[in-house]
Amino acid sequence: MAKLIMTVDDSASIRQMVSFTLKQAGYQVLEAVDGVDALSKMDGAGVNMLLTDLNMPNMDGIELIRQVRAKGAFKFIPIIMLTTESQAEKKQQGKTAGATGWIVKPFNPDQLLAVVKKVLG
Amino acid sequence: MMESPKQAYRVEAHELLAELETSLLALEEEPEDQDLISRVFRAMHTIKGSGSMFGFDDIASFAHELETVFDLVRNGRMAVTKALIDLTLASADLIRFMLDDVHAGDVSENKVAQNIIASLRTLLPSNAPRQPAPPPSRPPPDAGRTSAVSRDIPESPSGNVTYRISLRLAQDVFVRGTNPILLLNELRDLGECRVTARLNDIPNLEAIDPEKCYTYWDVILTTNRGVDAVKDVFIFVEDECDLIIKVIDVIEPSAESADTISHKKLGDILLERGDISPWHIEKTLGKQKRIGQLLMEEGLVAPDQVASALAEQDHVKGIRQKYSQAEQASSIRVPAERLDKLVNLVGELVTVQARLSQTVGPLEHAGLLSISEEVERLITELRDNTMSIRMLPIGTTFSKFKRLVRDLSNDLGKEVAMLTEGAETELDKTVIDRLNDPLVHLIRNSIDHGIEMPQIRQAAGKPREGTVHLSAEHSGASVLIRIRDDGAGLNSAAIRRKAEERGLITPGTELSEKETFSLIFAPGFSTAQKVTGVSGRGVGMDVVKRSIDTLRGSIDISSREGEGTTVTLKLPLTLAIIDGLLVQLGEGRFVLPLSIVEECVELTREDVAKSHGKQIIYVRGEIVPYIQLRDLFAIPGTPPDVQQIVITESAGGRVGFVVDKVVGEHQTVIKSMGRMFRDVDVISGATILGDGTVALIIDIPKLVHGVEAREAVRGN
Repeated sequence: MAKLIMTVDDSASIRQMVSFTLKQAGYQVLEAVDGVDALSKMDGAGVNMLLTDLNMPNMDGIELIRQVRAKGAFKFIPIIMLTTESQAEKKQQGKTAGATGWIVKPFNPDQLLAVVKKVLG
Repeated sequence: MMESPKQAYRVEAHELLAELETSLLALEEEPEDQDLISRVFRAMHTIKGSGSMFGFDDIASFAHELETVFDLVRNGRMAVTKALIDLTLASADLIRFMLDDVHAGDVSENKVAQNIIASLRTLLPSNAPRQPAPPPSRPPPDAGRTSAVSRDIPESPSGNVTYRISLRLAQDVFVRGTNPILLLNELRDLGECRVTARLNDIPNLEAIDPEKCYTYWDVILTTNRGVDAVKDVFIFVEDECDLIIKVIDVIEPSAESADTISHKKLGDILLERGDISPWHIEKTLGKQKRIGQLLMEEGLVAPDQVASALAEQDHVKGIRQKYSQAEQASSIRVPAERLDKLVNLVGELVTVQARLSQTVGPLEHAGLLSISEEVERLITELRDNTMSIRMLPIGTTFSKFKRLVRDLSNDLGKEVAMLTEGAETELDKTVIDRLNDPLVHLIRNSIDHGIEMPQIRQAAGKPREGTVHLSAEHSGASVLIRIRDDGAGLNSAAIRRKAEERGLITPGTELSEKETFSLIFAPGFSTAQKVTGVSGRGVGMDVVKRSIDTLRGSIDISSREGEGTTVTLKLPLTLAIIDGLLVQLGEGRFVLPLSIVEECVELTREDVAKSHGKQIIYVRGEIVPYIQLRDLFAIPGTPPDVQQIVITESAGGRVGFVVDKVVGEHQTVIKSMGRMFRDVDVISGATILGDGTVALIIDIPKLVHGVEAREAVRGN
């Protein structure tokens, strides 16, 4: 059974690139545009991994990570945040909220897949 | 259909810019609205982040400036002013322009962009941090991080390095989605890896919190990937774990490991890890038990500490041993005679197998037949394998000649370079051994007779230094060895004259160029002006030819006067087993090497009668002389009415051999005849047939040579 990865980003082009790359590699992908959208789509979907941007409207990535970790079903899933190099502080906040790792933007498909493989197996 | 990411980004950026404008205009009305400020910031952030992903680096670095400003605004460190909004709106226009015009150029060269950036910076509060725009090409996500790993570890070692990795993860790693198993698996992907789980921190069952990680690991990893690859495994957890990476063993690729197998003693390892003090080791060593056992009994180290240290010792030992084994296994030296023995045995096996299939055939026993076929298949494979063991690259012989060329050219005052090609070409060891003398002779000839003195070469417009080019290559079941020089070439007129002088040809004989050249292989032929220390020792090219003939090879010469000479030797790959043509003469059977057989034709009594006692027949309009093997070998009995002539092609031209019957092709395992038959040169060996009888192998060139010599004597 292919693993299901949720990608959360308010940028359609990033979602498209992430989604395309992961599908090519044989994963199933679920897209969400922000934290609120992600939380509403997550329950019951059997998400195996979360890839989230940090700066998003409605609910940002840090809050999303915090809320996802609070749910019993997602307590241990790998969560990767997409950050920019200028967000060292954000990265720390994300880690504290429960993120497993991070990818620094800009990244290419190979880097994305390497990180997914690293945390998802 | 999937839009191109670039196009998708353009569309998205235009939307964002539209939203940005709306937000900015609204912000002008309500400069304190946090939500609006966030929207502006986010729009800039996305334009920047996605822009850098899809190759819009100038947009990304420009948007970065705006993002920096609005980050300050968002944090309340800067107020929204009309000037800021004007600048941001102008920026939006510029970004829109840059989106559609890929040739907008570098931000640093774009005047409008520079003006906007400069104006933005004047708005910044003086104490605000100025973040420089990121460079267009960013390093990979894991670059630039710092690490506690000691610097004495080589960055990219050339050989295998064994690391001791002690990994103790924070107890709460699970709730951050980290799976330690994956980390360990990643290490295993890097190279040979031995993981010892350390369990002594696991509390009693009642005290265990299942969401916590109590286990820690000692990993011994041997990899050639360098310490950075190892560190990268832990990139996401390095802040939340105790990680010690230490080099414990380095195997350089060139190291002679066989003599240097040594490994650390258990006590040393425990000591190095700080698990025990030297004093305790000293004290414990005095007793006569295994040290690990003793230390445990003393309660100085825990069983799992010893287990982990033992694993390390074992791992390093294993890696070292494997390394030295790999080196040893790459070649084994075996006395050549053992190989010959093996080849003989395989030959016997081939013979026995022939008998087996001959016996089984008529029985029509399906089970037995399939076994026989199986055996045949295996033996064929065994034979090919054994033969390939005997194959050696010819390169060793080639390198010997370099010295020869150097010494010779010094002696003769010539300047000669030798080039070799195809040194890796493999040939049967016996062939290589027997090839040495002929090759020495040919190279001597090239340098002595072929290459001219430097001044003569210069006068002829050639480089002072002559070249002898020695090459080997495979060609079907043969190997071609060429000795090519760029010397004077053969002078066919001189050869002719000399041959006439020596009475090798009668004056006025018409000869093709090839035939003229082949005269130099005639016994007693030498065109050298004077006898030098190099050639002219009475050993002529005829000796070379004979040696090549005994190897069942052929020799061919081509030359162009003034440009050089090429001698080509064609040699069979192996001497031990050949394809032969089995023929019958009375009760006896003989083998002719198939490689020189051209065709078989019938010889009837009428044909014999028509030729008036001359032993010649017409084969497709050509006269071919034949030899009656019955007469030659004095085989009693009468020949059948229709005999067969096996036509062979050898250096002396086409010659037929009359036999009673052609039996067919035969895989011939050549057995030497023993010392007693040393002088019987028309028989090159014998082979054992499927029914156990012996067939003699005829040496065709020698037989022809012998018959011709006898005829010549008779003629005189």
